[in-house]
Amino acid sequence: MPDDLDALKQDTLDALAAAADQREWDAVRVGTLGKSGRLTALLKELGRAAPEERKSRGAALNALRDELGRAIEARGRELERAALDARLAGERVDVTLPPPPEPAGLIHPLSRTMEEMVAIFGAMGFSVAEGPDIETDWHNFSALNTPDHHPARTDHDTFYLPPLPGEGPNSRVLRTQTSGVQIRTMLERTPPLRIIVPGRTYRADHDATHSPMFHQCEGLVVGPASGAGAITLGHLKGTVIEFLRAFFALPDLPVRFRASYFPFTEPSMEIDIGWNRRTGELGGAKGQASDWLEVLGSGMVHPRVLANCGLDPRQWQGFAFGMGVERLCMLKHGIPDLRSLYESDLRWLRHYGFSALSPATLHEGI
Amino acid sequence: MKFTLSWLRTHLDTEQTLDALCAALNRVGLEVEGVENRGAALAPFRTARILSAEQHPNADRLRVCRVDTGLGEPVQVVCGAPNARAGISVIFAPPGTHIPGLDITIKSGEIRGEKSDGMLCSLRELGLGTEHDGIAELPDNTTPGQSYSNYAGLDDPVIEVAITPNRGDALSVRGIARDLAAAGMGHLRPWLAETVEGLFPSPVRWENRFPEACPWMLGRTVRGVRNGPSPSWLQERLLAVGLRPISALVDITNFFAFDLGRPLHVFDAGKIAGDALVIRRGDGETLRALDGKDRVADAEDCVIADAAGVQSLAGLMGGEATGCTAETTDVFVECALFDPVRIALSGRRHGISSDARQRFERGVDQALPVAALEAATRMIQELCGGEASEVVSAGAEPEWRRDAKLRFSRIRDLGGLDVPPDEAVRALEHLGFAVRTRDEASVTVAVPSWRNDIAAPVVLAPRPAGDAAQHSDTLADAVESVRAVEPEADLIEEVLRLRGLDSVPPVPLPSLSPVPLPSFTARQTRNAVARRVLASRGLAECIGFSFTARDNAARFGDTPDSLRLLNPIAADLDQMRPTPLATLAEAAARNLARGQQAPALFEIGAGFDQTGQRTVAAGLRIGHAPRHPGRAPAPASLWDAKADLLAVLAALGVPAEALSVTADAPDHYHPGRSGVVRQGPKIVLGRFGELHPALVSAMDLGGPAVAFELFLDAVADGKKRRKAAPNLSPLQPVRRDFAFLVGRDVTAEAVLRAARGADRALIAGVSLFDVYEGEKLEPGMRSLAIEVVFQPRDQTLTEAQLEAASARVVAAVGKATGAVLR
Repeated sequence: MPDDLDALKQDTLDALAAAADQREWDAVRVGTLGKSGRLTALLKELGRAAPEERKSRGAALNALRDELGRAIEARGRELERAALDARLAGERVDVTLPPPPEPAGLIHPLSRTMEEMVAIFGAMGFSVAEGPDIETDWHNFSALNTPDHHPARTDHDTFYLPPLPGEGPNSRVLRTQTSGVQIRTMLERTPPLRIIVPGRTYRADHDATHSPMFHQCEGLVVGPASGAGAITLGHLKGTVIEFLRAFFALPDLPVRFRASYFPFTEPSMEIDIGWNRRTGELGGAKGQASDWLEVLGSGMVHPRVLANCGLDPRQWQGFAFGMGVERLCMLKHGIPDLRSLYESDLRWLRHYGFSALSPATLHEGI
Repeated sequence: MKFTLSWLRTHLDTEQTLDALCAALNRVGLEVEGVENRGAALAPFRTARILSAEQHPNADRLRVCRVDTGLGEPVQVVCGAPNARAGISVIFAPPGTHIPGLDITIKSGEIRGEKSDGMLCSLRELGLGTEHDGIAELPDNTTPGQSYSNYAGLDDPVIEVAITPNRGDALSVRGIARDLAAAGMGHLRPWLAETVEGLFPSPVRWENRFPEACPWMLGRTVRGVRNGPSPSWLQERLLAVGLRPISALVDITNFFAFDLGRPLHVFDAGKIAGDALVIRRGDGETLRALDGKDRVADAEDCVIADAAGVQSLAGLMGGEATGCTAETTDVFVECALFDPVRIALSGRRHGISSDARQRFERGVDQALPVAALEAATRMIQELCGGEASEVVSAGAEPEWRRDAKLRFSRIRDLGGLDVPPDEAVRALEHLGFAVRTRDEASVTVAVPSWRNDIAAPVVLAPRPAGDAAQHSDTLADAVESVRAVEPEADLIEEVLRLRGLDSVPPVPLPSLSPVPLPSFTARQTRNAVARRVLASRGLAECIGFSFTARDNAARFGDTPDSLRLLNPIAADLDQMRPTPLATLAEAAARNLARGQQAPALFEIGAGFDQTGQRTVAAGLRIGHAPRHPGRAPAPASLWDAKADLLAVLAALGVPAEALSVTADAPDHYHPGRSGVVRQGPKIVLGRFGELHPALVSAMDLGGPAVAFELFLDAVADGKKRRKAAPNLSPLQPVRRDFAFLVGRDVTAEAVLRAARGADRALIAGVSLFDVYEGEKLEPGMRSLAIEVVFQPRDQTLTEAQLEAASARVVAAVGKATGAVLR
């Protein structure tokens, strides 16, 4: 490279290195490659040179222009970056400051429990049926083989509402059980039936272990009385055992069946699960329960109930079960006090409530 | 129903342990509610005798006793009781014994230098009483070394079982023993009543004027009795089952109520006026019953009366006037059958839940009265002496005999368990059923007289005021269909419960379809969606009672009498709530009173009105959003409530353009700051706004309070049809702002609607971004600034096309609302 070009190159590179900011850098750029820059001037002079020299000098000038161009661009980026860094260094915030608060919403554990029940029974082919909270005496009692004088009525401390015109006294009640929806379903639909009925129920009782309003989840299956598709007490046991083990996520949960009596089922049974009375732990060591806790009532639908709903009990049979939603919810989540479920105390709700987005079943989460 | 183990053993010959018996009771449907075994805690205590008692050398109040414990050498015990003296029989606790009354465990040791190897106890220290006048003194002749609990009869466990309403027969020790024997827990001992010969005609006779209520009654007089306290074995049994011993005659009736489930009544024959006891309807007379309360017998009550008036509420409770006392010398024993339904209804009306009612309303053994009366007569003579009259009766033994048939295959088809026919028949026979005929496929048995629940008369409950379809023919058919299967189901239940329901193998339900059908209907899904939307927007879900105080309900809607409970549990829980907002507001007030700030709550539940109930999602936000750097604490505003409401509707798929809002919310909202969300002219989807300031202050809700109510049942099901493909233009949309000057009564909705309608093809969206009312404008006017998005479809809009479209917007808004461009 000719000496003058070499000097130009060195000068320029020195000046670039010395440029402290983008303004000084721009002066170097313009002074070298600008309209009246030193290199531009040399390029302009080239036209006047001899052809022989023009060729060799031209190549050298072009190479120098490219080299310096790259160097200027690189230095420019460097200075730009330094300037950005300097600016950002002044923009620091205290990242430990809290974000604007968004109070978390919650789903009540009872709603959650009923959704879990629906999910588990739904997987077994049940669908949800509903009925009114204000029931007729007929749907709540009489059709369920519980006539007015029946001793079982004494156990139901029933709330009464004024009768509608033309109806007898005590004809309008707050339903004491969700079983009335069985009656409605059997009257409206034809078997096979497979329903569950989670809902509010009412009894005139208020103490540490009784609430005047509570929730039940009723189940009803009706199918043929004979033949391959006959619904038997074995199906009742299978359904209830699978439900309880899935609900509590205890595959070995001991489940016990005791003969009992309900006016609307025969044979009837009560169902206990194994637990430890002292610790409150559910289940049992090696499938052996130390104590038993009653969680469900059930049985084969009574022939009179079927007949009251217009179904021929020689042709149809099935099973029904009912459980207290509160009891299962309290057992599963370790809630000690029934009354706290209805107090709407925000501190309690934050403790026991569920996130809006937590799935009700494993399947939903996958 | 309570009984003691020893009482049970008088009917049941068994070698089973208490635990095994309890397990069997649970299995067969006689649920054990509790076992009280006082003897278990007292097992180490023994009877003993003080041989000598010397003054303790180092303590004035202590004595050093040598005690014969009946086992080996006498032991030395230091005792502080003033009555510890030589020769008396006492209760001794060896070292290592836990003393229940003191909750300590004693050990060998020295007391002030004298060795003491045990303790002499008071009854209080045994946990048996409150007396503490020193150590307990047993009768002089007590043999040392016996178990004290055995000696005192305390090792007899008391078992309490819950008897279901169908099992009147199990309200007796004998009935329970029968079930246990049938369940393989031993043998039922034979029971036979020996006849007591009547020596004279009864001076009291029966007269029955109410045979529907009382088909059969027996009685007899025993004269010359001495009615003192009953013997200790009887008193102990009654005490153990929770009855107070009264006198021998009364205790005997209570004994048979529990022993055989056979209620009896004893009249003091000397106090009966006239020579007849008449069974009849009540006639408004007042009777002072044995519980000391006066009761008026009406025509639906069956009473027993003498010449002086009503002396007993039949089957429920006797009267004080003719009751037996210590002075009674002649007694008339009543043993009758009463109609269970009438007993149940009368008992409920009078609030009497006596042991007699419990048994009669469930049905007593219909063949037992003769034998029971003989047994009672014999016991009266044994305990009180006297001589018995001939038996007097009215009516006759009812026809209770009936058969029930069981097809063996039905045990499997209904009960899900294959039971060999022999086993099934054996089980029934053990329960007292007698085989009438049997073949390979079935057995027909005679139902025992005590099982009123088996093959009972079929009574159906046809729908009241139902359609004419359920007239007598269909009802008769229905009764016939039940008769065909019910007795069989009764027998299957017996076979299964004796076998144990745990032996039925569980079977999974056959699936109705490979993939289960949806478990929620569209409407039910809406509740679940609304719940999630509201929870995700920061509201906490509550579940409140469906009833509230009438005053509170009235703040939020109508309170018709038809929705007022006739028997509320508390005066402030008497009215069905018109909306869940009513109870939610109370919940918010409670939270505020507890110092919780800015409660944001919702509930999805029923609201009630005269037409029925509807599902409402109600929400409430109170107070200010929490403070935060750079942000003022924003008060809850009606826009929050409106946003909550619209967010749920959006999630439910209700198109926003289908909604309109009117300013006619009900009275619990601020009249000027509330709205009703409608879909079309008829459907009301919900309402929102600030709560009325008067309500806010009356309920102590404090700061700004906003609420919404969404009627989930009013939301239409989503359409099933598929959507058309969207027309997504590749061209840039053009946005133009317009500021309109309108009268203050013109709603933003009207302006937006008109703008959107100006060119449906071209206008893709309209939104409002500013509202100005103030001094720059004429009074009564305001400025609404909107942005209109023009979406060209085929080619970019020319400036001229855009101007024309803008002009159409201005014209349309002007025409609809009178607005002019500002």
